[in-house]
Amino acid sequence: MNTAAPNYFNEMLHGAEVRQAYQSLERWHRDMPDDLRSLKQSEAEALFRRVGITFAVYGEGGDPERLIPFDMFPRVFTAAEWRKLEKGIRQRAMALNAFIADVYDRGEIIRAGIIPEHLVTRNDAYEIAMVGIRPPRNVWSHIVGIDLVRTGPDQFYVLEDNCRTPSGVSYMLQNREIMMRMFPQLFHENRIAPVDGYADLLKKTLASVAPQKCSGDPTVVILTPGQFNSAYYEHSFLADLMGVELVEGQDLFVEGDFVWMRTTEGPRKVDVIYRRLDDAFIDPLCFRPDSMLGVPGLMNVYRSGGVSICSAPGAGVADDKAIYTYVPEMIRFYLGEAPILENVPTWQCAKKDDLKYVLENLGELVVKEVHGSGGYGMLVGPKSTKSQIEAFRSKIEEKPWNYIAQPTLALSSCPTFVDEGIAPRHVDLRPYCLVGEKVELVPGGLTRVALTEGSLVVNSSQGGGVKDTWVLAE
Amino acid sequence: MKLHIRHVTHYKFDTPVKRLIQSHRLTPADHEGQKVLEWSVSCEGAIRGSSFLSGAGDYTETVCVQGPAEDIEIIVEGTVETQDCAGVLRGHREKVLPSAYLRPTQQTQPDAAIRSLAETAVEGLDVSSGLDRAHALAAAVNDAIAYVSGETEPATTAAEALAGGKGVCQDHTHVLMSAARWVDMPARYVTGYLYSDANGQAHGESHAWAELYVDGLGWVGFDAANRCCPNDLYVRLGSGLDAQDAAPIRGLIEGQATEDLTAKVIVTDVAQQQ
Repeated sequence: MNTAAPNYFNEMLHGAEVRQAYQSLERWHRDMPDDLRSLKQSEAEALFRRVGITFAVYGEGGDPERLIPFDMFPRVFTAAEWRKLEKGIRQRAMALNAFIADVYDRGEIIRAGIIPEHLVTRNDAYEIAMVGIRPPRNVWSHIVGIDLVRTGPDQFYVLEDNCRTPSGVSYMLQNREIMMRMFPQLFHENRIAPVDGYADLLKKTLASVAPQKCSGDPTVVILTPGQFNSAYYEHSFLADLMGVELVEGQDLFVEGDFVWMRTTEGPRKVDVIYRRLDDAFIDPLCFRPDSMLGVPGLMNVYRSGGVSICSAPGAGVADDKAIYTYVPEMIRFYLGEAPILENVPTWQCAKKDDLKYVLENLGELVVKEVHGSGGYGMLVGPKSTKSQIEAFRSKIEEKPWNYIAQPTLALSSCPTFVDEGIAPRHVDLRPYCLVGEKVELVPGGLTRVALTEGSLVVNSSQGGGVKDTWVLAE
Repeated sequence: MKLHIRHVTHYKFDTPVKRLIQSHRLTPADHEGQKVLEWSVSCEGAIRGSSFLSGAGDYTETVCVQGPAEDIEIIVEGTVETQDCAGVLRGHREKVLPSAYLRPTQQTQPDAAIRSLAETAVEGLDVSSGLDRAHALAAAVNDAIAYVSGETEPATTAAEALAGGKGVCQDHTHVLMSAARWVDMPARYVTGYLYSDANGQAHGESHAWAELYVDGLGWVGFDAANRCCPNDLYVRLGSGLDAQDAAPIRGLIEGQATEDLTAKVIVTDVAQQQ
């Protein structure tokens, strides 16, 4: 068995000793005959193909028909580890929501001089149309995806917040489903907290933010851009699990004070729209006039309190990489608490001193585009050649404001199946926090794994895979 | 002054449309320079709803017509008491931070010529004298673009209008906004009505001008096309980041029809009518 470089936290092994959380899985793997393993691996692939889950996570682009590799070795958290994570995630989701509500209202955090005004009002995601609007329960981001990495037994860092429509939760659910189908005995031998309550919680969360004008049981729908969207599978999967309609813009229309859905029995009023469509496309009468994907007039109904849109338009103002550096401040400001989860120290190349430091230390840093995603257009200093670093240096010098830099984090590793058995591979985690009447979180999230040896990039477009994520019950 | 406004917009379709939906910002809001005495927006056969006052202080309403419809007519009519406030917008209920109006849009993206016009206009004027800078910018735009109708179209960008040197109020406004934002002065597009232009001619259509944000004063209107600040001859309807964003009517039709649009505005001085 390979061992990871000593400076990386190995989630299974402490020296030669197997950590308690992984003891049963280590035995399971040791006892597994080689032929069974390859049999199970192809079974898993066949199952994924059959359910049709082939989309790219997080809008990473790439071939939407490509299957994202599934690694059968689960990633494990103990109950105590999860308790701390859960607290930190809830705290962050609440602070982010308070921030969005504030910047579309009185802007107290700007008046207090904590966040510079221009970072908010000049942000492309800031929508003037949302100023003065108070969505039901004052919740703006109903599904908050928080990307985390682990660097030590007790050390977790937040890499990024996703306040708009984070995707990938269908992988979390399917990974578990498939593991249970293939290895039922594992779930008898271990007490693993279930994740299958996610769809119910999501539906409750959405129903809890129905507008005041709604009386009785709210009608919830999922609005998708359509079957050519890379996350269409997830849209239809979630609609099925929740028992709600999956609609496209043309299935809805605005009349009077409400939004209506065309059905065979005539129009039916819609109360809550879980939209998986970017702000710019949801209403051609308010945003991009050439959008054919949205519902004309939707924003007027929303702004006059006739329907709820989840997440609220303009919620993306909180998940920009520049705003990210202020989240710990938000937690102190709105909640009066100390942040439980840490931010990764970040240098902003737009600042003179930061730029100087970054250019002097390119070989040790990770440099990213401010608005980039998907692991594209980034430099991982320690993994790059001299000429790659020099090429990137000129890009930064040309447009410094377009880049931020962070130290290269020693991402934890988790045992992963490779040709020769198992080997440590680096992982991250995206839990999904639901915010409505209550703040809810199913135990776990989506673990992404960098399948290439030594790689720190977990994005599926760059050779990443996914794993089932276990939280052990008390 | 007491101004009476009648604004009729008529859409005629070459084939009947199945359905039509519009978002209207056709009702003025009160501020120190204007008090709405009576106002109505009517559209026969329409279902109206979803009305609210936006964060920018604009009354917004949704109108839809179930077809088949061959034409529709929107009639706006009302009386407003106006006062000359030298262009300063005071007492307007709004919540948007002025810096939100610093971002350029596709139509107001500054090119080298706009940047140079802006920099030249404010040269030697201290940042603290915002009002002087605003006046200088508006004058420079008026000098650079002759008022000529028919030379530009609704989709013309600020850069194109300045390059052509000719345009109408929308073009003057876009260039002024683009230039102002370039020198870090928040700017927005304002729609409304005008009793008579600089030459005393009745203005038979909707009007547009810019508001620039001057520290210490707040939003101040600049009508670069007429080289003046809005006074009691003006009625303010609504605002936005550019002409499209501020449009008093934004609409869509269901169906493949081509529309023929005619709009007529008549502004009269009530005192002269009596």
